[in-house]
Amino acid sequence: MTLDWSNFTPMTALAGGVLIGIAVSLFVLLTGRIAGISGVLGGLLRPARGDIGWRVAFLAGLIGAPLLYPLFAPMPELRIDAGFATLIVAGLLVGIGTRYAAGCTSGHGVCGIARLSPRSLVATLSFMAAGFGTVFVVRHLI
Amino acid sequence: MPILIASLVAGLVFGFGLLLSGMANPARVLGFLDLAGRWDPSLALVMAGAVGVGSLAFAFAARRRVSLLGAPMQLPSARRIDRRLALGSVAFGIGWGLVGFCPGPALVALGAGEHKALVFMLAMVAGMGLFEWLERRRNTVAFAAPPTPVESDA
Repeated sequence: MTLDWSNFTPMTALAGGVLIGIAVSLFVLLTGRIAGISGVLGGLLRPARGDIGWRVAFLAGLIGAPLLYPLFAPMPELRIDAGFATLIVAGLLVGIGTRYAAGCTSGHGVCGIARLSPRSLVATLSFMAAGFGTVFVVRHLI
Repeated sequence: MPILIASLVAGLVFGFGLLLSGMANPARVLGFLDLAGRWDPSLALVMAGAVGVGSLAFAFAARRRVSLLGAPMQLPSARRIDRRLALGSVAFGIGWGLVGFCPGPALVALGAGEHKALVFMLAMVAGMGLFEWLERRRNTVAFAAPPTPVESDA
């Protein structure tokens, strides 16, 4: 393993993480809910009265963030190297996988770990291991 | 209405955090997941920062019955560690490692007007729809058995 010092940005990474922590804290303290993005989005596919507005509002905030972000800081580059077929396969896997697992990086990785949930710890170790393994296969074996 | 505004602001701050941290950029996520290459450990600090702040809020939230706006506190009660949890997470991790997108960053990139994020999002929502369809089928086919409880997120 070699460290990529040229891209290592500890201060913005930590500050961004703190912002994410503030967001999930605001969300649970004010609305009483877990800010798990796959769950917020997936719940719209089984719509129930009174259970739609807050989901749409939270997702609108996420989608709207890049529109307001340039007011505070230069917009970072978003580089997506994957091709069309890979995007579709990966999207399907992320969609179905996060719903079976009942959570993703936010619901399990941030909120669940912060709650010391054993379920979330298992989920997080599983998707991290699968992510490391997949990148290893794609970049170093194929 | 206050709940809607709180949700919008939380989503917005979450999105800012993803952009500032580098987590919204798939190339950087893959750089973090590439242990055998030139490893960029930055994103481990994203999680450390988020979990550090979040753990204080959740410790406070766990002792309350209602939120500060009076909504019921709905923290997950599921404790079962089963195949659904593990295999679902592995499937998610494979998709994450293929592109570098998990759901939050994909939504942020969609808002930034990235066409590839739109393709990913449509496939992701289709995958979620497939889950709903399989769940409904499972519950109707196995009507003799008690319906499986829907586990809340995390």
